[in-house]
Amino acid sequence: MEIRFEDEKPIFLQIAEQIEDGILSGAFCEETQIPSTTEISVGYKINPATALKGINLLVDSGIVYKKRGVGMFVASGAAKKIMEKRRKEFYQKYIIKVTGEAKKLQLTQKELTEMIERGYKG
Amino acid sequence: MKGIEVKNVSKAFGKVNALRDVSVTFEKEKIYGLLGRNGAGKSTLFNVITNRIFPDEGMVFIDGETSAGNDSALQKIFMMSEKNYYPETMRLSEVIRWTREFYPDFDTEYARELAGRFGLDLRKKVKGLSTGYGSIFKIILTLSSNADYLLFDEPILGLDANHRDMFYKILLEKYSQNPCTVVLSTHLIEEVSGVIEDVVIIRQGEILKQASQEELLANAFVITGNAAEVDRFTEGKKILGTESLGGFKTVYLSEFVEKSSLPSGLELSKMDLQKYFIQLTNHEGGEMA
Repeated sequence: MEIRFEDEKPIFLQIAEQIEDGILSGAFCEETQIPSTTEISVGYKINPATALKGINLLVDSGIVYKKRGVGMFVASGAAKKIMEKRRKEFYQKYIIKVTGEAKKLQLTQKELTEMIERGYKG
Repeated sequence: MKGIEVKNVSKAFGKVNALRDVSVTFEKEKIYGLLGRNGAGKSTLFNVITNRIFPDEGMVFIDGETSAGNDSALQKIFMMSEKNYYPETMRLSEVIRWTREFYPDFDTEYARELAGRFGLDLRKKVKGLSTGYGSIFKIILTLSSNADYLLFDEPILGLDANHRDMFYKILLEKYSQNPCTVVLSTHLIEEVSGVIEDVVIIRQGEILKQASQEELLANAFVITGNAAEVDRFTEGKKILGTESLGGFKTVYLSEFVEKSSLPSGLELSKMDLQKYFIQLTNHEGGEMA
């Protein structure tokens, strides 16, 4: 996991997405604790307010929840929730870009489909 | 009010106006970046705040009290200066002992722990320190002082990449456990941009900007593309600076740009703090926002 400070994406969003990635990959299992704001802040060398903003984003979408006096935990069903959200974004985030570039390069729909098939096999 | 308030401070050294009608506030428990090029007035501002030099005009308030000659107010501030003011022949452990005399909340044990982490031998004398370890020693004193306001003047001078990394981590650790006001004066912006919440930009003794980093960058955009089209689009907008390469032009704007308002063929991207700073403080070209 790494923060790219020069990235267009705000740092707090990158934090939230990387924790989501951790949940999807199973690094953070459901009902287990995620790193604290301090650990994230120190680990990534970012302001604690930024780390908190990232975590709060996950709290608001029900992906993590707070156990009073203990810390933040991954909610049950979190992985499924993230997957559903990202599937909804998939077209906007990836397909539009791919087809746009393909058109620029005058790749046909057939050629693109073949590449996608190859990608699945690889 | 709580915090450090600098009100209409001016200071001249001979014909040089080091600070010109500077008003700035450092609030409680926030991390600030005081950003300026070399000679912009960062150290002078710190020296005025800590009452080491007296302003020609204006006042400084610490938690609502005037700082001039006010020892109890000044004790709330610890400044790590760029220069070394400690006697050359003194051992580091003695410097620590003396510092504790002036800062009763000084945590000697924590200072020892940090020295261990940085690999600094406290039996050494001040004159035996390299530039890097000189900075490290002053960083240790500052972090151990437990003062409410920690001012760091070019803290990472001479530090290698590993020690810089350690400095930021230890600073954030300390801040998380024991929130205080931190002001990092530096011209190395890329490194501190993640750590700081608010930004103060100073140029030639004048404060150009004081804002949260988020707010500042929410209204900072870069437009690139064909020069004629870029000019047409950016005409009448708040331009920070421009760069040209053949028929290709880049314009830095200090105002919000709606993505949908952009004609096709032009590209829009966000600015990071370093780019913003360079454009704002460039002497050549660019107008002040």
